[in-house]
Amino acid sequence: MKPLEPVGNTAKIVLGILFFVMLFAGWSFATFGGYVSKTFLADPVTMLHDGVELFVRYDFLHDIGMTVWRVLGGFVLATVVAVPLGIAMGAYKPVEAFFEPFVSFARYLPASAFIPLLILWAGTGEVQKLLVIFIGSVFQIVLMVAVSIGATRRDLVEAAYTLGARDRGIVARVMLPANAPEIAEILRLVLGWAWTYVIVAELIGASSGIGHMIVDSQALLATGQIIFGIIVIGVIGLVSDFLFKAANHRLFPWKFA
Amino acid sequence: MTQLLVEGVSRQFPGRRGAGPTRALEPTTIAVEKNDFITVLGPSGCGKSTLLRIVAGLDRPTTGRVMLDGREVKGPGADRGMVFQSYTLFPWLTVAENIAFGLAERGMPEKERAEIVADYVQKVGLRGFEHHWPKQLSGGMQQRTAIARALANDPEILLLDEPFGALDTQTRGLMQEMLLAIWEREKKTVMFVTHDIEEAIFLASRVIVMTARPGRIKTEIAVDLPHPRDYHMKTTAAFSELKARLTEEIRAEAVLAATEH
Repeated sequence: MKPLEPVGNTAKIVLGILFFVMLFAGWSFATFGGYVSKTFLADPVTMLHDGVELFVRYDFLHDIGMTVWRVLGGFVLATVVAVPLGIAMGAYKPVEAFFEPFVSFARYLPASAFIPLLILWAGTGEVQKLLVIFIGSVFQIVLMVAVSIGATRRDLVEAAYTLGARDRGIVARVMLPANAPEIAEILRLVLGWAWTYVIVAELIGASSGIGHMIVDSQALLATGQIIFGIIVIGVIGLVSDFLFKAANHRLFPWKFA
Repeated sequence: MTQLLVEGVSRQFPGRRGAGPTRALEPTTIAVEKNDFITVLGPSGCGKSTLLRIVAGLDRPTTGRVMLDGREVKGPGADRGMVFQSYTLFPWLTVAENIAFGLAERGMPEKERAEIVADYVQKVGLRGFEHHWPKQLSGGMQQRTAIARALANDPEILLLDEPFGALDTQTRGLMQEMLLAIWEREKKTVMFVTHDIEEAIFLASRVIVMTARPGRIKTEIAVDLPHPRDYHMKTTAAFSELKARLTEEIRAEAVLAATEH
């Protein structure tokens, strides 16, 4: 193999699928071959069977819906607060000097460590779930957006000034559009993290959601259901990633021309 | 009538890590007549770009002041259009939208804008490329768009900072002719910074030669070649004579600049 040599389209797809085939083969071999106890790891067929069972008997669709709504709710809230603040910080240095130390500190506070506190404050209802996602996402978005905006190409800003742009125009019509694809990319990344927070939030004090199902299944040693739940999370993540990328291509054709 | 007056403008950059301040530009005085085309010629690092940035209002002079039409320059503005050496088209706007940027900032209605844009698209020979993204253009086309963008704003003076510096020799020659043709037709006050002797003579009615760092004006040479000029001009005896003279002037400075670094 030569470094950086591109791979053909067909080969790329085949290789990508091959990994999953091998993963399933290895899993089947370990479980059907009797090398791993059924108690600890269900075989693929049981897993699929359990999955169907989940939908048919336990209304798993409702759990999925709850989880998706929590992620999106918390994430949208965080975005609405964080993106404007990040832009203000990136563009105006006094604003950055005011917020940056706190946000940098808050960013390292693990969202999951807030769960006990949030349960005390907000109970075990939806507000608490949304707050976990919110706390987990908001500081990350603020900082990354601020860095992105702050790194706007200086020569573009200067060019806009010589064309008569004022300070507000520079922010609205140079810094923002110049960094919009970058901001979209930041949101895509943080949405991925938000998914890990929601499951953690649902592991503790929840009565619905994928995370709640997983905890329930653990008590019943239903490893098939657990694995199915994890796979569902992965698939939803993949789909949202794909949607984000497709939206970016539509919104920012100049970037991909 | 003097339109632009650079009065005793100098620039010092503060020293870093205990080093003394850097004198980029010694006090410099230049008067530019309305509709004159002057070039500022100097070796790299002579402060010619600093001078231009001060005129544009993107940098502040340490001493002195810049007067445009009798008003002191305090910051950047639409009355001084600028074309940069680096490609500074807004990548998220099409060619037409880039050219319209200044007009839109001024709040000009869409319809009026479209007319002016179409006019300049044609002048810089970009018909058929109006809806391309900057990314899809060659370097020469990007700089033509940048010139159109600056001119569409109808500035009092056009400032160009080695706009063709990154282009290959052939493209550069064509761009010089295009710029000169526009100037000959429309008349505009132009200040053009370059380190290319041929370019400095070909375009200008007056060449200001600068010394190596710290930069100051070494000499001024009037270029009395007739207009309209085209590429044939570069092979005439009069042109060669000017070129020989300027080569002597600039060579001493280049040697100095080279030994300093």
